[in-house]
Amino acid sequence: MNVPEQELHVRFDRVDKCYENGPLVVDQLNLDVHRGEFLTLLGPSGSGKTTTLMMLAGFETPTAGRILVDGAAVNRVPPHKRNMGMVFQNYALFPHMSVAENLAFPLKVRKLSSSEIADRVREALDMVRLPSVGDRTPNQLSGGQQQRIAVARALVFRPKLVLMDEPLGALDKSLREQMQYELRRIHRELGVTLIYVTHDQNEALTMSDRIAVFGNGRIQQLATPKDLYEQPNSVFVAGFIGECNLLSGQAFAASADQCDVTLDSGFKLRATSVGLGAAGSTVLVSIRPERIFVGRAAENLPNRIHAKVLEMIYVGDHLRLRCAVSETTEIAVKVPNNGDAGGLAPGSSLSLGFQVEDCRALPHTANAH
Amino acid sequence: MSAAILPAVAIDNGAKDLRREEQFKRVRAFSVVAPLLVLTLVMFIAPLVDMLSRSVRDDSVAQAIPRTLHVLESWSASDGVPPEDAFRALAAELAQSSNGPATWGTVARQLNFEWPGARGVVQKAFRRSMLAPPSSWREAFAELSPEWEDPAFWAALKRVGQPLSLRQYAYAVDLRLDQNDQLKLAPDEQRLYVGLFWRTFWVSAGVTLFCALLAYPLAYLLASSSAKVAGLLLMLVLMPFWTSVLVRTSGWIVLLQDQGVVNDLLIWAGAVSDATKPSLNNNLFATFVAMSQILLPFIVLPIFSVMKTIPPTYLRAARSLGAPPLYCFLRVYFPMTLPGVAAGMSLVFIQAVGFYVTPALVGGQSGQLISAMISHHMQSSLNWGLAAAVSVLLLSAVLTLYWISRRLVGPGPIKVAR
Repeated sequence: MNVPEQELHVRFDRVDKCYENGPLVVDQLNLDVHRGEFLTLLGPSGSGKTTTLMMLAGFETPTAGRILVDGAAVNRVPPHKRNMGMVFQNYALFPHMSVAENLAFPLKVRKLSSSEIADRVREALDMVRLPSVGDRTPNQLSGGQQQRIAVARALVFRPKLVLMDEPLGALDKSLREQMQYELRRIHRELGVTLIYVTHDQNEALTMSDRIAVFGNGRIQQLATPKDLYEQPNSVFVAGFIGECNLLSGQAFAASADQCDVTLDSGFKLRATSVGLGAAGSTVLVSIRPERIFVGRAAENLPNRIHAKVLEMIYVGDHLRLRCAVSETTEIAVKVPNNGDAGGLAPGSSLSLGFQVEDCRALPHTANAH
Repeated sequence: MSAAILPAVAIDNGAKDLRREEQFKRVRAFSVVAPLLVLTLVMFIAPLVDMLSRSVRDDSVAQAIPRTLHVLESWSASDGVPPEDAFRALAAELAQSSNGPATWGTVARQLNFEWPGARGVVQKAFRRSMLAPPSSWREAFAELSPEWEDPAFWAALKRVGQPLSLRQYAYAVDLRLDQNDQLKLAPDEQRLYVGLFWRTFWVSAGVTLFCALLAYPLAYLLASSSAKVAGLLLMLVLMPFWTSVLVRTSGWIVLLQDQGVVNDLLIWAGAVSDATKPSLNNNLFATFVAMSQILLPFIVLPIFSVMKTIPPTYLRAARSLGAPPLYCFLRVYFPMTLPGVAAGMSLVFIQAVGFYVTPALVGGQSGQLISAMISHHMQSSLNWGLAAAVSVLLLSAVLTLYWISRRLVGPGPIKVAR
C-alpha cells in the first residue's frame, strides 16, 4: 500500500442488487475504498463487479444497503451530480463532436469560461500525450488514441473519483500493456481514487494497489496483488489468479497455522492452513507451478513428492512440465530455463519439492472451480 | 537456372487461371443481374427519357401542316395578317385530313392549348376546306371566324408548329409567349401552376415537419421500450404501412366527412352544433391530415433504426460527465439521431411532393396538389408535353432539395442503409 494514511473515500455498506426478482447479482457487499488508491474489481463475467461499479456511478440503484461517498449516502443522487469520471469499455466518445469538443463537454456543462475550457482541454491532451489531435473526430483516431482521449475526458473536470469499466478490453496486447503503465502514471500524478473493473488478472496484478476478487456477487478476497497471488484464501481465488495446481487430500492440524496433509496420491505434505475445518476434512492444496523445484534444488525442501514427466514444453524463458503424481493426479511445473534442466525427458521420474509457505491447504468448497 | 525458372512459369500459369476465373465470375455475376438491368432500362429509363423529351419536343403539328409552316417561316406577327399563300396552303393541308391521319384534329388540339377556343376555329376551317375553293381563302376563313384576321392567332399556330421549344416550360410556370415571342405573365384567371407548385411544396413541407414531430417521440418510445412492448408498437406502425393507400384514404373520408365520425364526436361532446360543424373533408385540411397519417411510417422507421444503433453508453458517458438528462438529450442523443431524421424527412417530403391519390380523393378543390395537374394533362386534356414539363420541374425541384439536404446533414438515406 503506497497510500500513507488510509482515509475512507467510498464505502459499500451491505449492498444488494437484483434485477426484477432475479437472483442477487451483488450479495451483501461490504467494501471500503481508500482515498487515492487504485482499487481493481476483478472477477469473471457475471460476478457482479460491473454492477457494483454501475451502482457507484449511479446507473443502477442498489436493491438494499447504502453506498457512501465521503461519508454521505449517494443512493438517491442522480449520475450527473455525482462528479465521478468514468471511462467505458468502448470509450463512448461522442462521434459527432471533435476531440476537443468531447473534452470540453464536461467543462461546458459546468459553465466554465471559454478561455479556461481551452486551457484545460490543452492540459488534458498534454496529459495523455496527444497534444495535436484536438481538431480531429474520434473516428479518425486509432483505438489506443481513443482510449487516451476517453481517459482525458474522464479526468478533465478534475473529479476526485474515477471509475473505469474494462477500459483496455478492446485494445490489442502490446497496446494494452503500454496503456497500463500510462494509467498507472496518470493515477500517480493526479492522486485520484481510481476504481477499475477488469476480468484480466494480469491487468489487475500490474496496476492495482489492492484487488477485490469478485465471485458470485461477493468479494472473495480483498488484498494487495502480492498477498492475493501468494496467499489466496480460497480455491476460487487461487484458481482465478494465475495458474495453480490443486491437490486434494485430508488435513490434520499440526500447529496454529500449519497442517499435515495426506494427499489422495499417498504423499504427505506440510502446508499452510487456511480456514481449516475438523481433523480429517478434505482440503485442496494449492501450489503455484513456478514454486515447485525440481531435481537437486528439491532435495533439501521440507515437502517432496515423486512424479513422472508426461510432457515437456519448451516455452523459451521456462520449460513447462506436465507430471503425473498418481494415476489420476497431474501437476504442472515451470522450470526456469537456466541450463540446469538437463536430464529431464518425457517418461523419466523426478522428485518435486516445495516450501511449506507455498503450499496452501484451502477448504474444499462447493463452488470450487 | 531452369530450376529457378520453373516455379515462375507455374506462378504465371496460376495467375492466368486466376484471371480466367475472375472473368468467368464477372460474366456470371453480370448474367444474374442482366434481366434486372434490361427491365430497368425498358420499363423505367426508356419511358422516363421519352416523357422528358416530350416536354421539349413535339413535331405532330410540324408533320401535319409542313407547307403552311414553310410559308410562315419568313412571316412574323409584326407583318400583320399572313399572305394568301399561307391560307391556301393551310386549306389544302387541312383538306388532306379526310384520307390521312386527322390533320385538322392534331392542329386543333395543339393550338387549343395555346389559344383557348382555337379548336372550333380550326374545325370550321377544316369543313370549309373540304368544299370548293373560293377566290380568297383569307376572306372565306375570316368569314367563319374573326381569329384568322388576328396576327397573334397565326403566331400561335407558328409556335405550335415548332418541333423543339420550351413553350411547355413557360406554360408550366404561368408564362405565355406573346405574338412577338416575348415572355409575359399569363392573365390572372389562367395562372394556375405557380400557385399549385407553392401549395405542393408548402403542404409537403408542413406534412414533413408534422410527421417529424409525431415520429420522433414515437420512434424514441419504440427504441427505448422492452422488446415485447416495442414489438407491439412496431406492429401498430406497420399495420397501416401494409394497408393500401386507397383504403386508408377512404378511411379518412369516413372519419372526416360532414356526417362523419369526427364531426359526430364533436357534436356529441358539445364542442360544435349541427349548424356550426366544421367542414373537414374535401379541403386542404383533409389532404394534410390524410397525407401525414399515410407518410408517418416512412419517417418513424428510419429514426427508429438509427436510435436502435445508439449504444446507451453514450448517454451514460454524458451523464457521468455531469450533463443533466435534458442537456444529454439535446447535445448528445438528438444530434446522433439527426441522420435518421434527415433520411425520414427526405423520404416523406419526396413522396409528399408527388402525392396523387390522397389529395385527389379527400382534397376537394382547395386540397389539390400539382400531381393532379399532371394527371389531368396525361389523362383528360392529353397535353403530354405540358404534363412532362410540369413533371420535370417537380423532379428537378426535388433533386435540388435533396442535394441541399445532403449538403446540410450528410448523406442521409444512403448512410442509414449501411
